[in-house]
Amino acid sequence: MLISAAFYILSAIAIISALMVVAAKNPVHSVLFLVLTFFTTAGLFVLIGAEYLAMLLVVVYVGAVMVLFLFVVMMLDIDFVELKQGFTRYLPLGAGVAITLFAMFILVSNTRIAVNIGAGDLASPTPSTDIANNAEAIGKILYTDYILFFQLAGLVLFVAMIGAIVLTLRHRDNVKRQNVTKQVGRPRAEGVELMDPKSGEGVAL
Amino acid sequence: MRDLVEQFGPLWGSVLGIAQILGFAILLLLTLAFILLFDRKVWAAVMMRKGPNVVGPFGLFQSFADFLKFVFKEIVIPAAANKTVFVIAPILTLVLAFITWAVVPLAPGWVISDMNVGILYLLAISSLGVYGIIMGGWASNSKYPFLGALRSAAQMVSYEVSIGFVIVTVLLLVGSLNLTQIVNHQSAGLWDWHGFSFIGALLHGGSPIKIAMAFVTGIIMFMMMWIFFISALAETNRPPFDLPEAESELVAGYQVEYSATLYLLFMVGEYLNIVLMCAMISILFLGGWNLPWGEVTNPYIGFLVLYTKIWFVFFLFAMVKAFVPRYRYDQLMRIGWKVFLPTTLVAVAVVGANVTFFGG
Amino acid sequence: MSLKQALKGATLFDFMGAFVLGMKVYFRRKPTVNYPFEKGPLSPRFRGEHALRRYPNGEERCIACKLCEAICPAQAITIEAEPRDDGSRRTTRYDIDMTKCIYCGLCQEACPVDAIVEGPNFEYATETREELFYDKEHLLSNGDRWEREIAKNLELDGKYR
Repeated sequence: MLISAAFYILSAIAIISALMVVAAKNPVHSVLFLVLTFFTTAGLFVLIGAEYLAMLLVVVYVGAVMVLFLFVVMMLDIDFVELKQGFTRYLPLGAGVAITLFAMFILVSNTRIAVNIGAGDLASPTPSTDIANNAEAIGKILYTDYILFFQLAGLVLFVAMIGAIVLTLRHRDNVKRQNVTKQVGRPRAEGVELMDPKSGEGVAL
Repeated sequence: MRDLVEQFGPLWGSVLGIAQILGFAILLLLTLAFILLFDRKVWAAVMMRKGPNVVGPFGLFQSFADFLKFVFKEIVIPAAANKTVFVIAPILTLVLAFITWAVVPLAPGWVISDMNVGILYLLAISSLGVYGIIMGGWASNSKYPFLGALRSAAQMVSYEVSIGFVIVTVLLLVGSLNLTQIVNHQSAGLWDWHGFSFIGALLHGGSPIKIAMAFVTGIIMFMMMWIFFISALAETNRPPFDLPEAESELVAGYQVEYSATLYLLFMVGEYLNIVLMCAMISILFLGGWNLPWGEVTNPYIGFLVLYTKIWFVFFLFAMVKAFVPRYRYDQLMRIGWKVFLPTTLVAVAVVGANVTFFGG
Repeated sequence: MSLKQALKGATLFDFMGAFVLGMKVYFRRKPTVNYPFEKGPLSPRFRGEHALRRYPNGEERCIACKLCEAICPAQAITIEAEPRDDGSRRTTRYDIDMTKCIYCGLCQEACPVDAIVEGPNFEYATETREELFYDKEHLLSNGDRWEREIAKNLELDGKYR
């Protein structure tokens, strides 16, 4: 009873906040609603017993990706009125994409049930039930059956990262730069000289 | 809480569970009141001052007086602020700071939720803490808070990376994400605490290469403890990394527009996070509730031991605040990305190799 | 980056040194003055709250020469004067706006009869701004209250004038 109540509350919040992502006037509010959506989705993951996935969703998406999103959106100087124009014009297109995605989602989940693929046909879709810890279960699958895809995904991200650095990093010679190591490593003797001036003579600079 | 429900039935189980949580929260807040005073006292002592000493004996009730002052002041919300977000931000900070404590075991068997991904939960929730600050800074609609929020967002995201890797080294050694199991793994004594396991490496024996590897791992874990300590300072915006609220540059950073109770919520949340970091260092590296000479099974003694350790680590936090000058922002980023990240990455590789080939 | 520097950083050498120094200072005797209960010494020339003095027979010293009003750089003093019933010239109004006063002490330097002085009292915070607009009555009562200290200070400082 408690579990299903939690499920309905969480999914209601998730759906409403997902709608608010699109409907909110202020883009920062949109991002914050997106964060809420992610968070409630993580809650749903916990409800089906996938607490490891839930935590990863929060750490990666909410804790890192969305912070960067928020970062960018916060600094944009946006004309809210202009942003809301043409809503009806783009509505059919957006609705089309949404409906297609939704249809695909339903199709995929239905074929699984309709065709009744046996557990043996897929590369162990669910881990054996004697592994209590689902971090361990995910690790077992990810690093055995799906190691190629896992590594490929990592490689793609790595290439994207290097690409971003190559595209943006430009060494310029006419710019003064800080050399922190040198600054921090400067000994006292280099910066301070103690003088003992006689009265009325001063110090020669 | 689940075992309470099983033991006393759904109604009384839930009531007892909620009472437990309330008791825990009150304990935390009381600890916080005295830790705030302790912070100020340590800071004062290093500056050769006396610190707060008027309210109550030795100023013991200073925090309660401050609390009353904050509560009775007027809440000022700037006219151009985004009011909803402005009010939600400090509440969010406080709530997040509280719910992280749900998985922290205080003594053998004394834990609200004994999750088997406990440490990941801690990491997840503490990575959310940055939202309170960003939202507060943005909603204030003012320049200094905004700059403070940007700084703190970049800073917290950067240092989460090294904190994450340090935690991974501990996880590799223990082989579990559960905090209770992490503590139990260090039950033998001081020489087996993760922070000091290089002593244990020499005691346990084995083949010379195994001893050497274990010793190297131990030294690395000792370094990891300090990296965690320094990253925790940065993660909680403590001096010397308090750049989001550097008063000489940003007045008070994201807190500029906050007053009264809303400011209090921010401050309590911040200090709760600091105490949480102290608890995490105690649990991950300093053996949790175990005494230096052996295991503790009595929860009351265990609680006292862990509590003492938390206060000791907090003493270090307070001392750092007293004698380390504030970092420049580019130096802060340099340490995070160019020093800690490579060091911890290498450490993860070495510790992982040691666990794989020599069984820890 | 030299090896020495790297080692110094990795072993937190400076941090440990600072920690030891901090702990040494930690247990030193604190020079704090426990203010409301203990107070530091004040110079006889200390310029605090203003007071209007009286002669020992109870006659007020001020002769309404208005030199203080003229010299006051912050124009904080306002004086109105009329002959009294016995023919002597006295102030009917002597106001000091303490929110304007800059405590330069020129009024007491200008006074030919040592009537207006800045006493040793510095604890006269008020809850409202209006309470800081001192009138003649208030200044005279200040003079009565602090006469002993003021007289002592004037005597101590007198030989240097």
